[in-house]
Amino acid sequence: MKFGLALVAALAAGLVLAPSGASAQQKIKMGVSIPAATHGWAGGLNWHAQQAEKKLEKQYPNLDVVIVTARDVGRQANDIEDLVSVRNIDALVILPFESAPMTDPVRAVKQAGKFVTVVDRGLTDPSIQDLYVAGNNPEMGQVSGRFIKERLGGKGDIVVLRGIPTVIDNQRVDGFMKEIEGTQIKVLGMQYANWNRDDGFKVMQDFLARFPKIDAVWAQDDDIALGVIEAVKQAKREKEMFILGGAGMKDMIKRVMDKDTLVPADVLYPPSMIAEAMEITAKHLVEKAPIKKEYIIEATLVTPENAAKYYYPDSPF
Amino acid sequence: MTPTVLPEAARRSGAGFDLKLYGPFLALAALILLGALVNPAFLSPTNIGNVLTRTAFIGIIAVGATFVITAGGIDLSVGSLAAFASGVMIVVMNALVAGMGPGVPVILVGVLVALGLGLAAGLVNGLLVTKGRMEAFIVTLGTMGIFRSLVTYMADGGTLSLNSAVRNVYRPVYYGGVFGVSFPILMFAVVAVAGAVILYRTRFGRYCAAIGSNEDVARYSAIDTDRVKLAAFVLQGLCVALAVVIYVPRLGSASATTGLLWELEAIAAVIIGGTMLKGGYGRIWGTVVGAVMLTLIDNILNLTGAISVYLNGTIQGVIIIVAVLLQRSAGSRR
Repeated sequence: MKFGLALVAALAAGLVLAPSGASAQQKIKMGVSIPAATHGWAGGLNWHAQQAEKKLEKQYPNLDVVIVTARDVGRQANDIEDLVSVRNIDALVILPFESAPMTDPVRAVKQAGKFVTVVDRGLTDPSIQDLYVAGNNPEMGQVSGRFIKERLGGKGDIVVLRGIPTVIDNQRVDGFMKEIEGTQIKVLGMQYANWNRDDGFKVMQDFLARFPKIDAVWAQDDDIALGVIEAVKQAKREKEMFILGGAGMKDMIKRVMDKDTLVPADVLYPPSMIAEAMEITAKHLVEKAPIKKEYIIEATLVTPENAAKYYYPDSPF
Repeated sequence: MTPTVLPEAARRSGAGFDLKLYGPFLALAALILLGALVNPAFLSPTNIGNVLTRTAFIGIIAVGATFVITAGGIDLSVGSLAAFASGVMIVVMNALVAGMGPGVPVILVGVLVALGLGLAAGLVNGLLVTKGRMEAFIVTLGTMGIFRSLVTYMADGGTLSLNSAVRNVYRPVYYGGVFGVSFPILMFAVVAVAGAVILYRTRFGRYCAAIGSNEDVARYSAIDTDRVKLAAFVLQGLCVALAVVIYVPRLGSASATTGLLWELEAIAAVIIGGTMLKGGYGRIWGTVVGAVMLTLIDNILNLTGAISVYLNGTIQGVIIIVAVLLQRSAGSRR
C-alpha cells in the first residue's frame, strides 16, 4: 500500500515536472542562489531578487530566472548542485553564505561550463568568477568613521555594536578604526549585537549602565540601531548622543529624511545589489553585452538632502 | 523567594544539606558577587531592573517548560511560536486600528489573539503527542519549523512593525511599572508563583511528576496521562503567549529572528534550576533562578571589557555546565 502511494506520488510529480522541463530547453536559464530571508537585510535581498526576476523575465521573454534560497552553507551547496544537474542553468548568480566553504562548490559550477556571478561576499579564489558585484565593507566602516569624526569635531566617547563575528564585520570595524586613528575619539566599549534588534537593545542597555557619558553610537547596522534607539529612549539620554546605523533600511532612511536628531545619517549597504548583479548578468547572457569584471557599490552616506533617493516604501526592509 | 523554598527543603532534608535544591541559589549568589566585583554599576537599581525585565520573557516561557519537561516531554517550538504570535498580534492590531482607533480596546483584542494562538498551538502540540502517539521532540521540531516559516512569510522576510499610534499606547506595558518595578517583572513573578502553586500544591502538578517518572505506572494508577500531558502543552503555549504580550511593546516589531534559540534558553533555565531533563522531578523556583542566571551571565560580560568578546559563548557554556554538574554530583548521592 505504502509503495503504491509512493509510486502514484512519483508519477504525479513526474507529470507536473515534465512539461516545464521540456519547454525550458529553448530558454536561457539563470540560477540565483541567495541566503533565505531570515533577517532584515536578507529579507530585502529576497524582495529585490524577486522584483528583478519579474522585471527581467518581462524584458527578455526567452530568459528564465530560478531563485533558490538556503538557510545555511550546506543547503546552499545542495541548491547549486540541483541548479546545475536538475535545472540545467546557463549562468549562476550567487551570494555565498560564507566565502571559504562555498568556493569549491562554485568552482564545480564553473568547471561545468557555466557563467558565474559572485555577489557581496567574495570567494577565496577570485579566478572562478566571471563577474563580481559587491558592497564595499571596508569603505562602509571608513564612511561611518569619517561621519562620526566630523560630527564630534575629532573628540569624544563612543561605543560600537558589532555584527556577527565574520570577515565582513572585521572589515567594517577595521575600516572604521583606521579612520578615527589619531583623533581624540575614544572607543569605550565594543560588543557583538549579531545584526539583531533584541541584542542591540540589550547590549546598549548594558553600555548605558556602564558608561555615564556617551557621545555617539556606531551600530553598524539598522536592525541593531533600532534596538539601540529604544534603549537610549528608555534611559532618557536621547539628548546626549547620536546613533549611526548602516544598510539602508526604510525605517532608518525615513528617520534621516524627517531629520530625527537621534539619527542624523545612515550608510548604505543596499540589499538591491542582487538586482544589479542579476541585471548585468542577464544583459550579458541575452544580448552578449560586454561587461566589466567588477562592480563595487559605494557606501554612500545618506543625509536628509539625498535620503529620498534611497527610500523604498514597498520593500520589507 | 527563600520562604517558599524552605518548606520544601524541610520536607526532603533528611540527609542534611541538599545541594540539588540550594545549588541554583548558591550559583546565583556567586554570579551576583562576581558582577558586583566586575563593575559597580552592576548593582544599580537600573541595571538590576533591566536584567530582571529582560529575563521575564525567557523566565515565563521556562515556567511553562518546567511542566512539559517534568511530565517527560519537551517543547522545541516555543521560540518560533513567540515570533509567530508576535507577528500575528501586530498584524491584527495594525488592521484594527483603522476601524477602532489606537486605544486600549485594540490592544486587548491583540492580547486575546496572542492568548488564543498560544492556547491553540499548545493544543496542536499536545494532541499530536497524545492522540497522534508521536515523540514530543519530533512533533515540536516540526511545529518549530512551521511557526518560524509562517512569521518569515508574513513579514515577507523583513520586519512586521506595530502601528506607531498603537505602540505609544502599548509601550508602557514594557517600560512602565509600579513603585519602580516594571510590569514584565510583575508578570514574571505572578506566573512563577502560579506555576509553583500548580506544580507543588495541585493534583495536576503531582501527576506531571508521576508521568515523567514512569508513564506506564502512572497510567496503571488510573491517571489520565493523555489529558495531563495535553494540559502541560497548553500551559506552555499560554506561557509563550504571556511572554509575547510583554515582548511586543518593547520594540514593537517581529521578524524572522525574533525568539531565535529561545527554546534552548528556556530548556537551559529549566535544567540549571534542577529539573530533570528526563522528567519526573521539577523545580519552579530553580527555573526562575536559572533564567535569571542566563541573563546575568550576558549582562556581566557586557559590563566588563576584560574578556575577549569572541569568548562570551565559552564562558556561558562553562558556567551552565558547571552549575548543572554540581547539582548532578550531589543529586546522584540521594
